[in-house]
Amino acid sequence: MLEIRWHSRAGQGAVTGAKGLAEVVASTGKDVQAFAFYGSAKRGAAMTAYNRFDDKVILNHEKFMQPDYVLVIDPALVYATDITANEKENTVYIITTHLSTLELIASQPKLMGKKVFTVDCIKISQETIGKAIPNTPMLGALMKISRMYDIEFFTENMFKVLKKLPQKIIDANMIAIERAYNEVK
Amino acid sequence: MADIFELRDIEVWDGNMAASHALRQAQVDVVAAYPITPSTPIVENYASFMANGYIDGEFVMAESEHGAMSCCIGASAAGGRVATATSSQGFALMLETLYSASGMRLPIVLNVVNRAIGAPLNVNGDHSDMYMGRDSGWIQIDCYNPQDVYDMNLVAFRVCEDHGIRLPAMVHQDGFMTSHTAQRVKTLSDDVAYDFIGEFKPMNDMLDLDHPVTHGVQTEEDWHFEHKARQHHALMSAVLPKIQEAFDGLKALTGRQYNLVESYTMDDAEIAIVCMGTSVETAQEVSNELRAQGIKAGVVGIRVFRPFPLEQIADALKGCKAIATLDRSSPNGTVGALYNELAGALFNTSTHAVLTNYIYGLGGRDLTKSSIHTIYRDLQANAQAGSPTTPLQQFIGLRGPKLSFF
Repeated sequence: MLEIRWHSRAGQGAVTGAKGLAEVVASTGKDVQAFAFYGSAKRGAAMTAYNRFDDKVILNHEKFMQPDYVLVIDPALVYATDITANEKENTVYIITTHLSTLELIASQPKLMGKKVFTVDCIKISQETIGKAIPNTPMLGALMKISRMYDIEFFTENMFKVLKKLPQKIIDANMIAIERAYNEVK
Repeated sequence: MADIFELRDIEVWDGNMAASHALRQAQVDVVAAYPITPSTPIVENYASFMANGYIDGEFVMAESEHGAMSCCIGASAAGGRVATATSSQGFALMLETLYSASGMRLPIVLNVVNRAIGAPLNVNGDHSDMYMGRDSGWIQIDCYNPQDVYDMNLVAFRVCEDHGIRLPAMVHQDGFMTSHTAQRVKTLSDDVAYDFIGEFKPMNDMLDLDHPVTHGVQTEEDWHFEHKARQHHALMSAVLPKIQEAFDGLKALTGRQYNLVESYTMDDAEIAIVCMGTSVETAQEVSNELRAQGIKAGVVGIRVFRPFPLEQIADALKGCKAIATLDRSSPNGTVGALYNELAGALFNTSTHAVLTNYIYGLGGRDLTKSSIHTIYRDLQANAQAGSPTTPLQQFIGLRGPKLSFF
């Protein structure tokens, strides 16, 4: 079982990202879950979304999770919410920020000694897609760090997931995914 | 003519999307709706299918849930295939008309995305609305995941529209935990799904002007009792065999097997949890963990809540030493409804298990695997002692001091 927790603000696309990732993983024959805690569900409110992936049928519907990966797609949530909640010893953090990994850890000492990677998904999405929708680039970064799938395989399948969007938007998302894949450190 | 919607063999859908596609494939004549969280996307998706040419029927935006179900009743009496969706307070507002639908023997399919009923206001999943409907004369089928929602919608149409039944059916799923959780759903093509349900054949329809009928008449003490008895008789005698037949048909078509009572590792089980919704599967996972330790644990999931499969449940629990019933609705003044049902099912049988009750998960409070482990530990102690080692009713997952009664 692989478990992922997303930290996002409502409207940044964490649910769409979690569902898109689930579609790609499901296409490889694994069982999947993608869900979220909505709370008051106001645009801009801090929220969390979740993925579970397994070779076996997933029976577990508890919301409690000790994530293998924590994906943070809004920079301020590192300080405003408890992104290390219910972590495991080897939980991996991939965090959107304009800071370097060292600067980020210095600014949030809770991350000291943990497996932390950084990438600026906000900037990447602004420069490629044209607005701050940092969900798809985060998936590119996750592919690099987790080695879940080859980037070619992943973008090919993400292309199918996004196929109902206008061609221009799909192309921009593909570039965003590859940029984050290359830029995550 | 509506366009064919090309589906992949396996889609990643949440429970709401699964319900929307099942309604689309059923070629419903009239959907009248007043959306409410968390069931909103069912009719929202449906409206978008309609706008994109995938639906031939009518979509009526009503002024309230009372109005929505009233439209459904009118359309069903007129002779159409009819469906809608609701949750929580919206369900509560429909309640009066639910009795009209069942009393008039109108085969309407209602997707109920289970949600808490306020006050305090809460949009999350519990079974308060499902429990509120249990005396309303509707068939109630319960789902544990999005695949169930898709399949049970197809089953619901096929069962409730049968001329030997003609009773409305609710298809229940857990708010957010199923309705907003995307999982794999194996689909049927539009043709195959429609053929499984079958063509809608009206009976006593008001628009059959050659055979005029009256619907919704008044009957006082002369006939009211006989009408209600006939309705109960149909629920008690015709529905379970018809659901079983639909389950058999679905299995032949898809390989997926559903049962009136979903027994999980119950053959030699000494301790068992009885529950509904997503909790059934989480309990199954915990029972697997206990089995790996050599503990004879099992789970009984309620698939059909009304009509209640009393004999089948008693049979599934035969030989158990300790049983916990889990209720996700505040009983407000007594034991949980499922406790009552189970006590009734087991009382005159040779099963003399210790029976206890847990209230859990109100307003979407998480049912953790750790809580389920605690329940099974209580059950082991009860089985060993041969009598309750805990209070009869306990609240689990509640913050603050432990709360228990009886």
